Amino acid sequence: MATPNKNAAPGRGLIFGDLWEFDPAPETADPRLKARYDLFIGGAFVRPRSGRTFDTINPATEGKLAEISLAGAADVDLAYRAAARAFPSWSALHGRERGKYLFRIARLLQDRAREFAVAETLDGGKPIKESRDFDVPMAAAHFFYHAGWADKLEYVAPGRRVAPLGVVGQVIPWNFPLLMLAWKLAPALAMGNCVVLKPAETTSITAMKLCEILQDAELPPGVVNIVTGAGETGAAVMGHPLAAKVAFTGSTEVGKAIMRQIAGTDKKMTMELGGKAANIIFDDAPIDQAVEGIVNAIFFNQGHVCCAGSRLLVQESVADRVVAKLKSRIRVLRVGDPLDKNTDLGAINSREQLATIRRLVASGVREGAALYQSPCVLPQKGFFFPPSLFTGVTQSHRIAREEIFGPVLSILTFRTVDEAVEKANNTAYGLSAGVWTDKGSRILKMSTELKAGVVWANTFNRFDPSSPFGGYKESGFGREGGRQGLLDYASTT
Amino acid sequence: MSAQPKSRIPVTKTPKVYIGGAFVRSESARTFKVTDRSGAFFANIPQCTRKDLRNAVEAAAKAGPGWARRTPYNRAQILYRLAEMIEARSGELVASLVQFGARRADAEKGVAVGVDRMIHYAGWADKYAQLLGSVNPVSSAHFNFTVPEPMGVVGVVAPDSPPLLGLISMIAPVIASGNTVVALASETVPYPAVLLGEMLATSDLPGGVVNLLTGFRKELVPTFATHAQIRAIYASAGPDDRKALRLGAAASVKRVRFSGTEGAAWLNDAAQGLERIGDFVELKTTWHPIGA
Repeated sequence: MATPNKNAAPGRGLIFGDLWEFDPAPETADPRLKARYDLFIGGAFVRPRSGRTFDTINPATEGKLAEISLAGAADVDLAYRAAARAFPSWSALHGRERGKYLFRIARLLQDRAREFAVAETLDGGKPIKESRDFDVPMAAAHFFYHAGWADKLEYVAPGRRVAPLGVVGQVIPWNFPLLMLAWKLAPALAMGNCVVLKPAETTSITAMKLCEILQDAELPPGVVNIVTGAGETGAAVMGHPLAAKVAFTGSTEVGKAIMRQIAGTDKKMTMELGGKAANIIFDDAPIDQAVEGIVNAIFFNQGHVCCAGSRLLVQESVADRVVAKLKSRIRVLRVGDPLDKNTDLGAINSREQLATIRRLVASGVREGAALYQSPCVLPQKGFFFPPSLFTGVTQSHRIAREEIFGPVLSILTFRTVDEAVEKANNTAYGLSAGVWTDKGSRILKMSTELKAGVVWANTFNRFDPSSPFGGYKESGFGREGGRQGLLDYASTT
Repeated sequence: MSAQPKSRIPVTKTPKVYIGGAFVRSESARTFKVTDRSGAFFANIPQCTRKDLRNAVEAAAKAGPGWARRTPYNRAQILYRLAEMIEARSGELVASLVQFGARRADAEKGVAVGVDRMIHYAGWADKYAQLLGSVNPVSSAHFNFTVPEPMGVVGVVAPDSPPLLGLISMIAPVIASGNTVVALASETVPYPAVLLGEMLATSDLPGGVVNLLTGFRKELVPTFATHAQIRAIYASAGPDDRKALRLGAAASVKRVRFSGTEGAAWLNDAAQGLERIGDFVELKTTWHPIGA
């Protein structure tokens, strides 16, 4: 894929990627895909009443992977009725026993981890090393963590009694399909709720495969129901009268539409929306380590990350050095076959997303920022975009304000701590931020000032089931993970 | 021989709203007439406009960072001082509640609970963070902790009744954590809120932390809903206002909470507590490296 490069950076630097070719190293585990996936309602796989299906494709090849059922309003209604029927006995079950089901799910997922990783990579386009080492193990960890909460709920809200809400409707995005499903299901179930969940239309496969695990775990029928489809199905899931709460992860635009859709109801809500995170590099930071952190912050999962460090703020005195190192670093990022174990950036999730990225990158060029792209050769088929960065970005540029959700970094500079804070907070979003400095006191000062739900110091894109995640401002509200996330699935009296 | 002196003519007070630490009329110069329980004219009350609301938000936003930076102990003492001011003028508050229709026993009870409620939240100011926050045992070499932070400017739409206790109960948990407030007082009995403003002004509470408006819900609720600088809404509202507030909130992903408390239930201990503070904080999680 990578050909010897005629524009190699001069001087010292990471040039090994230009010197020799890697042999292909594809992951060969069998993803055990079915040709057709039905809906999962009331503990059974059922054909959609709508009678309609759609294809899910591999974004790296554009080849069809499977046929997915398109749930209509009647199917969503069936799912809610099944969930409502399951709720009385599920919520009355002793927490210790509910927890055992979740422990089982975690274990069964670990058993089939490689198979799920390959399926995730095929359906979504992310590099196998990420689905294998991050998505799937982290999904299992979320089930395991929340399993342990189920019999300890009296500790969740001091001085109050907690109770489940009832049936919860959940809609999740395509960037971390299985992991987002785990973030949503695990706390809801641990608290004793029942669920109707819709995966994103481009990434339904691992959700449907998880239903096989739910069956193997003998989870009571109706406790979890999964309906597949696109926006219309999602609106039906969010708006259903039986939903006591809805939880959504996705774009701020759709989040706002959901808020309007259910404004006349008293449904509880959790919204995990977009971001435009500042990743702030001070001049005393360990620069090599910071450069690796910048790369991870923006190119992890092709930049399809709501908390991605998409705005780099570099202190002026080290800006030239950081940018030079970044440029030579992204030249050697390997872009291509997501199933190859050496691939750093896989496929863009969909043709639509690729078009969005191209449109915003074009606006950056038009507005006068300087674009640098890795000269890597992209595969002929499939949806790919080279690692890209913009220098000379100002705060008014669209690429500094709007979420690109792709492998595109916008670089700005600052001189003082106050200016860094000011620029970092100058956004409608507030999901995450990064701080790179050698000074512990500065880390805590920055963390105090930054209006963001998660602040990473000398690291980025780290997650843990025990660590609450969620946004300020237009990045949404509610938390996922930790005691705080669990509480968002409870009523208190 | 001098003539018998005439009985003294009382000096009546001009009710004003409390915005940015100052007592002002509506910028529009509009007022509405308030009568007492006997139907006699009592006073003209400012009929605040959208512009007054925007001015109040500006004052609240300006006061926000300083208030949020006060130490929790200091905020606790200021809330306690406010309770002292209410207690000291409780006779006047009771009289005004009675003047507008409350039974004396109910008025006395309401004011007493209001004072106690303020103390309840004064006591929370330096404790809630320990209960809402956490240190999180992550699987990596990081000290990972979650702390609650104020949301910023919070819009409070107080119930018509009880006019004083409802307002106090909704303001106190919001400012305890360092938020600042723009509140709309009871539309039917606005005068106790005017008195409360005078107590706020003498309680060491910095100007702009609490801003009290009087006026009509139907004129002001739409602006509460859509004003992007108001980051959260705490309202006592019926279905129509609830919908309007949620619809407007969607435009800037505003947090919306409803009091869920009615009438005499405001007197209960269940009308106060940690979760009402928790409704108006953001949770921030920091990953701090552990290493040499």
